[in-house]
Amino acid sequence: MSNLEELVTRAIGAFAACEEPARLEEVKAAFLGKDGELTALLKGLGKLPPEARKEAGSAINAAKSRIEAALHERREALKKSQLSAQLAAEALDVSLPGRGEAQGALHPVVRTLERIEALFASLGFAVADGPEIETDWHNFTALNTPADHPARSMHDTFYLLDEAGRVRADILLRTHTSPVQIRAMQAHTQAFAGADPMPELRVICPGRVYRVDSDATHSPMFHQVEGLWVGERVSFADLKGVIVDFLRHFFESDDLAVRFRPSFFPFTEPSAEIDVAFRHGPLAGRWLEIAGCGMVHPHVLAAGGMDARRYTGFAFGMGLDRLTMLRYGVCDLRLFFEGDLRFLAQFR
Amino acid sequence: MQFPESWLREFIDPPLSSEELCHLLTMAGLEVEEQKPVAPKFHGVVVARVLAVEKHPHADRLKLCQVDAGAHGVLSIVCGAPNVEAGLHVPCALPGAKLPGGEIKVAKVRGIDSYGMLCSARELGLAEDHDGIMTLPGDAPLGKDLRQYLALDDQIITLKLTPNRADCLSLKGLARELMALTGVAAKMPEIQAVAPTIADVRAIVLDAPEACPRYCGRVIADVNAAAPTPEWMKARLLRCGVRSISALVDITNYVMLELGQPLHAFDDEKLVGAIHVRYPRAGERLLLLNGQTVEPAADVALIADDEKALALAGIMGGEESGVGLSTRRVFLESAFFSPSAIAGRARALGFSSDAAHRFERGVDFALQRAALERATALILAICGGKAGPLCEAESLPHLPTRQAIRLSPARASRLLGIELTLAQCERLLTGLGLAPRQEADALVVMPPTWRFDLAIEEDLVEELARLHGYENIPAHPPSAQLSMRPQPEAQRSPYALRRQLAARGYYEVINYSFVPPEWEADLAGNDKPVRLANPIASHLAVMRSSLIGGLVGVLQTNLKRQLDRVRLFEIGRCFSPDATAETGHAQPMRLGMLAAGEAYPLQWGLSRRPVDFFDLKGDIEALFAPARIESVAFPHPALHPGRSARILLAGRSIGILGELHPLWRQKYEIPVAVVVAELDLDALLRHDMPHYQEISRFPAVVRDLALIVEVACSASALVDTLRRAAPGYVRDVSLFDVYQGKGVTEGKKSLAFRITMQDTQKTLSDHDADAAIKRMLDAAFREHGAMLRQ
Repeated sequence: MSNLEELVTRAIGAFAACEEPARLEEVKAAFLGKDGELTALLKGLGKLPPEARKEAGSAINAAKSRIEAALHERREALKKSQLSAQLAAEALDVSLPGRGEAQGALHPVVRTLERIEALFASLGFAVADGPEIETDWHNFTALNTPADHPARSMHDTFYLLDEAGRVRADILLRTHTSPVQIRAMQAHTQAFAGADPMPELRVICPGRVYRVDSDATHSPMFHQVEGLWVGERVSFADLKGVIVDFLRHFFESDDLAVRFRPSFFPFTEPSAEIDVAFRHGPLAGRWLEIAGCGMVHPHVLAAGGMDARRYTGFAFGMGLDRLTMLRYGVCDLRLFFEGDLRFLAQFR
Repeated sequence: MQFPESWLREFIDPPLSSEELCHLLTMAGLEVEEQKPVAPKFHGVVVARVLAVEKHPHADRLKLCQVDAGAHGVLSIVCGAPNVEAGLHVPCALPGAKLPGGEIKVAKVRGIDSYGMLCSARELGLAEDHDGIMTLPGDAPLGKDLRQYLALDDQIITLKLTPNRADCLSLKGLARELMALTGVAAKMPEIQAVAPTIADVRAIVLDAPEACPRYCGRVIADVNAAAPTPEWMKARLLRCGVRSISALVDITNYVMLELGQPLHAFDDEKLVGAIHVRYPRAGERLLLLNGQTVEPAADVALIADDEKALALAGIMGGEESGVGLSTRRVFLESAFFSPSAIAGRARALGFSSDAAHRFERGVDFALQRAALERATALILAICGGKAGPLCEAESLPHLPTRQAIRLSPARASRLLGIELTLAQCERLLTGLGLAPRQEADALVVMPPTWRFDLAIEEDLVEELARLHGYENIPAHPPSAQLSMRPQPEAQRSPYALRRQLAARGYYEVINYSFVPPEWEADLAGNDKPVRLANPIASHLAVMRSSLIGGLVGVLQTNLKRQLDRVRLFEIGRCFSPDATAETGHAQPMRLGMLAAGEAYPLQWGLSRRPVDFFDLKGDIEALFAPARIESVAFPHPALHPGRSARILLAGRSIGILGELHPLWRQKYEIPVAVVVAELDLDALLRHDMPHYQEISRFPAVVRDLALIVEVACSASALVDTLRRAAPGYVRDVSLFDVYQGKGVTEGKKSLAFRITMQDTQKTLSDHDADAAIKRMLDAAFREHGAMLRQ
């Protein structure tokens, strides 16, 4: 029996000495293989007297189990250390940057527009669009600004030449987004021709507008967003409510003052200029002109096909570029139209 | 409109500080653009007279002056100004005076005590010039505080008036407005008719009564045109931004500022016969006071005599008939010209004038006589002379009409969103001098002759709102009928498209819609672009018909700034003539894309290569997915002829894609690879709604197929053939390899496809798969001569 004990000890020692799985299997054969020592002992059982066989057999089998357990343990240990070695070899420098394309960006003015559309959509405003080469009728006449009206000198208008090189008086580059008011009202009154009362019209009209003006604070092309709400009970107090609500949400701040100051636009009556003043920040305390607005002039309602005695409405026009500059602290309007990637990348 | 506050306060003096006054005006719609003091802060400066000047004993350039400062005594002052001399009246800073530059003390100057300082206008902050000591009129009272003497405690207020408020282009008009706003009474100037002392008259003929329905004039004989303008008038004009010219001209300007009526003084000795207001004769020319010779258009009214044109009516006088310092007889004009006869005329001639500015907005048509009397009285007082009787011609039917306006307080309340009672409305309108009359539950108002902006009820509502105060109308959260807005699923938002582009590395730019004609010619092949009549610069002279020029321009900008990997997009309109469109122009929205420089940002994990056609095509395919686009070789003037394609969606052309032509790269100095595309925005925003299709539970069969075709054979045509020929259980045909070279005959190429087959009803057999492959191969052979690669 001490032989068996010695055999088990030897086997455990031999297994532990193996550093490679292949070597372990070779060593295993020397004990458990066909010609292994333990196999030889089992084969020798037959030569023992029957009464001794049982006892010897169980002793040998116990030794075999111990050797097999040792073998299994060694196999697992080798597998584990091998995996560790492999994982160690596969380790990455995880601080290396990721692969692929860099992120681009929406234009800051468009980013502003998207927020404005979303804010007004929450009040049920749809978005309407109109042409940039516009008829004189939509841009001026329908907006209560007949030819030679002194208000036309407020807008320095770009005109176009026809193919023969003559100035076309009937079309122009729109000087504001207000002509879309007319188009939106016409579409609305046509769509709801028989309705009584007609559903309310709530719409904003963003887009490019053009004026003959170019310096550090003026661009010959810039952006406006027009707003229009026409219904049976729309008042100047509602206009103030909507605008103040909008400005607080747009700037995400109650820390600003808003004032409405009488002004003049041919297409609204009463008319107002909207100023905001921030209480903090680099522009604190200064009144900044941000939009024009007013109650839609009855002539304009009529041009849009509305019954001006029954329906009233308000309209406003805001400078998108100005709002964007104030929101993000951009101080030069020209940056919006240069396309410098270092500028655009700040709005990712 | 610029004026000194002191002049306004002579008319009306409400108990308000300068700041409060300006705030009140701004909040009433008369925006104060600027408010600035006439002089900076200083004190301790008085009027003094130089009694004697002697040389400073120790300095060549200095003088020792004895000056009489009235109650402040005779002072000994050292002065270095070259123009100081005995007898001059000058400003003298007494010891202890505080000037903008510092405090004045008794000081030794080169060993001599100096008891103050004689001041230049610059030292007092009154002017920039440095012409030595400021001199004062000989009658300036000695010892008088200079601020009081020159009325320097005054503000210059500049208003930015809207075109509807021409009635506020005078001190009288502003006073009237302030009276309504404050309730304080105004002292309007009392104007009395001047009794004629001579009988001289001049006939007035209104040949264009619609342009000039009322014309008043008067002869004033024996005037001294060289008489100096009084200092107080000069100072006021200066503070109104008007330069003093001569007494006669200054008086006409003064009365215009005071009352709002533009006046004109003719040299009566240069006039022949009657005064006519008429339209020009063919080819008639006139030299104006501004030195410009004009040939007025047929709709510009003239003032003429029996022989010649004298002036542009209501716009500007003529050089030859104007008054000068030697004028002895004056014919003074005070007329009403209709706004429609003046509007835009000066602008068309390329200048502006105070008179035109007022007449085109509307001058009080009841003011002409009063203004003429006021100016006559001033001329007689300043230049002397004898006035003739007032001559007048008028055409009553052509004067502006005023119609009564009915104001319902209920409608006003509804429009403004506040409750206004009839009594409140009546009080506010009365304050404006409108004399409302009650009729049932409404007020009836006759607009006054000075207001050209009151015609309908809403105009009165604005007056009520202004006087009530816009600040006092609450910001009311509106109530509205709620209804959901349509959200068509097959239409996606342009912002979703933009985000997708940004995620692929593109930056959005916004370029001008007007471009250099060169871009249109080179990059859009457009020799007849839509031209602007009045561009701001020759390189912004035509409307773009393509977005590519602008993108190339931005690329150039960035290359100049050492940014040479550029991804750009723009969404905007392009313009081209289209007779069927309402405006005569098609104005479609397009998406333009540009990729230039390296294919990827510089990084460690990818090898470097320049961007190419297929990078941009991949981006475009991603934008359209799941819809499939096709591209077909197609020449475009901006693009490399061998690397240029038209993009088709469901067989319809929706844009172009390609590499910028090497010629343009050279011309526009672009050293890097550039690929551009331009696509219809509408097509990009359409996005089919998904429809569920059954997912197969059976295994898929995958076969690879390599085909040999001519090099010229288009891959997409071959794929089309394979897809058309494939039975329904072929789920996908993907091209995964293109090869040319060793092992493939010259002039041929090998295209490898992976064919995925799967049926929803059964497991496909080898037989099914073979049959499908055979049908596809046969079709490829038939249509393209394709052979299976061995």
